[in-house]
Amino acid sequence: MIAELGHYALVLALGLALVQAVIPIWGARVRDPSLMAVAMPTAVAQFVFVAIAFGALTACYVSSDFSVLNVAENSHSAMPTLYKYTSVWGNHEGSMLLWVLILTFYGALVAILGRNLPASLKATVLSVQAWIATAFFLFILLTSNPFLRLADAPMEGRDLNPILQDIGLAVHPPMLYLGYVGCSITFSFAAAALIEGRIDPAWARWVRPWTLGAWMFLTGGIAMGSYWAYYELGWGGWWFWDPVENASFMPWLASTALLHSALVMEKRDALKVWTILLAVVAFSLSLIGTFLVRSGVLTSVHTFANDPMRGVFILAILVLFIGGGLGLFAWRGAMLKQGGLFAPISREGALVLNNLFLTTGCATVFVGTLYPLLLEAATGGKISVGAPFFNNTFGPLMAPVLIAMPFGPLLAWKRGDLLGVAQRLVAAFAVSAIAVAATFAFEGAKPVLAPFAVGVAVFVMAGAVTDLVERTGLFRVPFDTALRRAAGLPRSNWGTAFAHFGIGVTLLGIVGETGWSAEKIVTLKPGEVVSIRQYDLAFEGLVPREGPNYRELTARFTVRRGNDVLAVLEPSKRSFPVREMTTTEAALLTRGFSQLYLSLGDQNADGSIAIRLYHKPLVLLIWLGALVMVMGGALSLSDRRLRVGAPKPARSAAVLQPAE
Amino acid sequence: MTRKQRRLILIGSGLAVLAVAAVLVLSALRDSIVFFNSPTDIVEKQVKPGARIRLGGLVKPGSVERGANLAVRFEVTDGNKEIPVTYTGILPDLFREGQGVVTEGALDSAGLFRADSVLAKHDERYMPKEVADALKKQGHWVDDYDKKSSTTAQGKTR
Repeated sequence: MIAELGHYALVLALGLALVQAVIPIWGARVRDPSLMAVAMPTAVAQFVFVAIAFGALTACYVSSDFSVLNVAENSHSAMPTLYKYTSVWGNHEGSMLLWVLILTFYGALVAILGRNLPASLKATVLSVQAWIATAFFLFILLTSNPFLRLADAPMEGRDLNPILQDIGLAVHPPMLYLGYVGCSITFSFAAAALIEGRIDPAWARWVRPWTLGAWMFLTGGIAMGSYWAYYELGWGGWWFWDPVENASFMPWLASTALLHSALVMEKRDALKVWTILLAVVAFSLSLIGTFLVRSGVLTSVHTFANDPMRGVFILAILVLFIGGGLGLFAWRGAMLKQGGLFAPISREGALVLNNLFLTTGCATVFVGTLYPLLLEAATGGKISVGAPFFNNTFGPLMAPVLIAMPFGPLLAWKRGDLLGVAQRLVAAFAVSAIAVAATFAFEGAKPVLAPFAVGVAVFVMAGAVTDLVERTGLFRVPFDTALRRAAGLPRSNWGTAFAHFGIGVTLLGIVGETGWSAEKIVTLKPGEVVSIRQYDLAFEGLVPREGPNYRELTARFTVRRGNDVLAVLEPSKRSFPVREMTTTEAALLTRGFSQLYLSLGDQNADGSIAIRLYHKPLVLLIWLGALVMVMGGALSLSDRRLRVGAPKPARSAAVLQPAE
Repeated sequence: MTRKQRRLILIGSGLAVLAVAAVLVLSALRDSIVFFNSPTDIVEKQVKPGARIRLGGLVKPGSVERGANLAVRFEVTDGNKEIPVTYTGILPDLFREGQGVVTEGALDSAGLFRADSVLAKHDERYMPKEVADALKKQGHWVDDYDKKSSTTAQGKTR
C-alpha cells in the first residue's frame, strides 16, 4: 500500500510539473499575473508530493518490505538501520528519486524566496525548472520505477553492495546531488534570461548565491567521495581520474569558472554572454555526470544498465536539454548587450584568465573521459585513458591559474597595476622561496618538481593572507584599527581569501602525498614486526568477529615509535555472505596531518597474512583544504550583499558603488 | 586601447591557451593510451613484447598458483586462448577463479604477461564490461551473467 502511495504521489508530481511547465511561461508571454502566479503553489506542491514518494520508498526500506523489487534487490533485514535509510539511494532507481527530490526542493525554494524577483523572470525560471522535472519524472516512471512489486516476495533481500555499506553513502551522494542539481537553477535562470532577452547585474546577483551553493556542495561531495574511496577501497589512493570521478569534477570546474565570471558580470556588467554560456555548460556537465555515473554509459556504450530503454531515454534528455540550452544560446545570445570595458591587466582580466584556463582544463578532462567512448563507437577499439593523460594535460594547464591566483584579488577593477601588485606580494614570494629552499634542504630534490610545487602551494596560501593583510592594513595601521577594518570587511572578501587559501592547502596535501609517500607490501606471521619511516608495527595476531550481516577477520597491530606505544591498529577483511563479497577495511593512524594506512591482503595457510602499509605525509590536507574552500563559500554566501534583494536598476545607477 | 584591440587580445589569448591544450592533449593521447586486448586478440594481432596493454578475460579455474613474497601466477582465458600472467602484490578483493579480471602490463619475450596492476573494476556480476564484450565475441557468454540485476555501484569499485 505504501509503495502504491509513493507511486501515485510521483504521478501527481508529474501532473503538477506539466502544468508548471506551460502555464507560468505562457503567463509571462501574455503578461498575465494570475497565470504567472500559478508557478508558486505548483512548485511547492511538487516538492511535497516528491517528498511523499521519497518517504514511501524510505518506509519500504526501513520496514524491509521485500515485496518491492527495488528493496528486495538492495536491502537485507539484518542490515544496520542507518544503511536501511541510505540504501534508498544506493541503487539506480532510488538515487534518481533523490535527484528529483532535490530538484523540486530547489524549485520550491526559488518559488518561496524569489518574492523580489521580477514576476515574469520568476515565472519563466520556474517553468524551465518544471521542464527538467518533467523529463526526470517521465524517466523514473517509465524506465526506473522504484515502486515495482514482486508477484511472490522473497523471504530475504539481496543486500546492499557491501562497498556502499558505509557512513560515506549517507553523505557523499546527497551532497553531490545537491551540487549537481544546484546547477539546474543557474541553468533555468540562464534559459529564462535568454528567453526574456534581458539580463542585468541584478540577475547575476541572484544567480551567484545559487552557483556558490552548488559549488560548495560539489566541493564537499567530491572531497567526501575522495576520502571515502581512500579509506574504503584499501588502495590508499584518493583520486584515480576514473570516469566516475571526472563526471563530478567537470561540473566543479565549470561552476568554479561560473562563480568567477558571475562576479565580473555583477560588479562590472561585462562577460554577460560568457556567463550565460557557462551556466548552460555547467548544468550540461552535471547532467552528463549524473548519467555517466547512474547509467553506466561509460562502462558500456551498448547497454545502458541492462535496459536499452533507459539508455535511449537518457540520451533523449541529454540531447533535449544540452542541445536546447545551447540552441537557445545561439539564437538569443547575441541579443544581450555587452558592457563594461576593461584593460587586459585588471581584476576582470585576471578573472577572464581564470575562466580561460579552468574551462580549457575542463575540456581536456572531458576529452580524456569521453575519448574512449567515442573511439569505441567509431572503430570498436577498446582503450583506456589513464592517470598519466590527465596529469600531463590538466596539470600544466592549472599551473598558471595557481600562480596567477594571488594576483587576481589584489588587482584593481578596470585597470590594474601589475608591478604594484607584485610589490605587495613580495612577502608571499619570500615565504614561498623559503619553503622551496627548506624542502630542498630537508627532503632533497627527489621528486624534482615537488619542492617547486610546495613553493606554489605556499605562494597561494601566502597570497590569500596578503590579500587580507592589504585590505585590513595590518602592520601599516594600529592593530585595533586593522581589527575594526577586518570586522567591517565584506564577508565575500573573507570568502575569497578562505577559498584561495583552501586551494593552497589541498595542493600542499597533494604534493606531500604524491611526492613523499612510503609504501610496503609484505607478508607477516604473528609476532613479526614491519617498519616504515620511524614507525614499527608488530603483528599480534588474527581475531575473527561477527558483524550484523558479515563475518570479519581482524588483524591486531601495535604501532610503536621508539619505545612508545602509539596505538593499536585493527584492519580487517569483511565477508558478506549474501552477495559473496569481501571488503577490506583499512586502519588509519593520524599523526598531525600525516597518516599511517594499513590494509590487509590474502591470508595464507601458514597463518601469515599479506599487508599493505603506507605512510602518507600531509595527506589529510587534501580534504582539509576542501573543507576550508567550503568554509570560504559559506562566508561568501553569508555576505550581506547577496542577502539583501537586488537593487532596482534605477536606484543602482544613482548609488555609486564603493571601489574595492 | 580600443574595444576592438581589447577583444583581439582576449580572443588571441583564448586561442593560444586552446592551442597549448590541444598540443598537450594530442601528445598525452599518443603516450598514455592503453589498448585493451583479449587473449585471442593477443594471439591474433601478435602484440609485441614490451608494449603496454591491458589484458582482460576470466581467471582460468585451477590456474592460480601463489609463490613466495606475494608472487602469483594465473591464466587469463576467453574460452578460446589462454595467456599466462604473473603479478607480485596484493590481489583485489574481487579477484577469484572463474571470474572476470583486467590486468595491465606487458608481454615478455617468452609470451608471459607481466602485470603490474590487476584491476577488479566491475559491478556485482564480477564481470568487467570489456571482458563481457570479449566473451560475447568469442561466443562464450553465458546468459546467466545478465540475470542478476546490475545496479552498478555508484562509488568507485576498483
